[in-house]
Amino acid sequence: MNLRAELLAASFQQETMEKLLDSTLDSVDLADQAAIDFARKVGFDEDDQNSISMAVRECMVNAVAHGNQYNSRKKVYLKLEANPNSLAVTIGDEGNGFDENAVPDPLAQENLLRQSGRGLLLMRAFMDECEHSARTPSGTLVRLVKRLQES
Amino acid sequence: MSVTMTTRQVGDVTVIDAAGRITLGEGSSAFRDTIKDLVTKGDKKILLNLGEVSYIDSSGIGELVSGFTTVSNAGGKLKLLSLTKRVKDLLQITKLYTVFEVFDDEAEGLASYN
Repeated sequence: MNLRAELLAASFQQETMEKLLDSTLDSVDLADQAAIDFARKVGFDEDDQNSISMAVRECMVNAVAHGNQYNSRKKVYLKLEANPNSLAVTIGDEGNGFDENAVPDPLAQENLLRQSGRGLLLMRAFMDECEHSARTPSGTLVRLVKRLQES
Repeated sequence: MSVTMTTRQVGDVTVIDAAGRITLGEGSSAFRDTIKDLVTKGDKKILLNLGEVSYIDSSGIGELVSGFTTVSNAGGKLKLLSLTKRVKDLLQITKLYTVFEVFDDEAEGLASYN
């Protein structure tokens, strides 16, 4: 079974899924699709699914492009957890680490016209939790959580 | 699907009708190339119709900003037309609503250049 089919099957059958993905833009699409499938399973509406998709893509792009720098020997760790009232997505890279305090504030007037540096802002805007931690021996682990809102 | 960009001339304004996704990779480079070509040709009044753009990521936002700067540096103005709710939300979150002139109505957007 190819990876795409495996991810799809897992998203229907399991509450938790862990995978190691290549450092490619295809993996961004795969993770996005798997996260949407998990989000649907938790019961998120389309708006929330879009928010989750956005945050997962930003996080995956950071891992693939900035963390692993498209290095074919490095993998991106993906974990999806469908809980009764929330979805947790954990994404890890094997890069040189990341200091979130070193990112210039993209909302500061002098930074508004910068071409990059908005990924973290969007992840925080679209998810309820966005935590970065260092991985051993190297790299960054990001945990994103979205909670179902009581209607 | 990536992005498709079609340009048309309405008076002295160039309208770009974009459709698809402006994301890291093919989508954002197609956008950058289109803007560069227009600026090289001397087009200064560029109205970017994003009505059919379903998705923009932070890389795509970066390209919008970069396009804005490129056109402004050439003495022109890049303005936005017909944003979907998602793109509108993105511009609000990133405060780029304060940078771009945005129009819902094409005629209004075109008239703003005169």
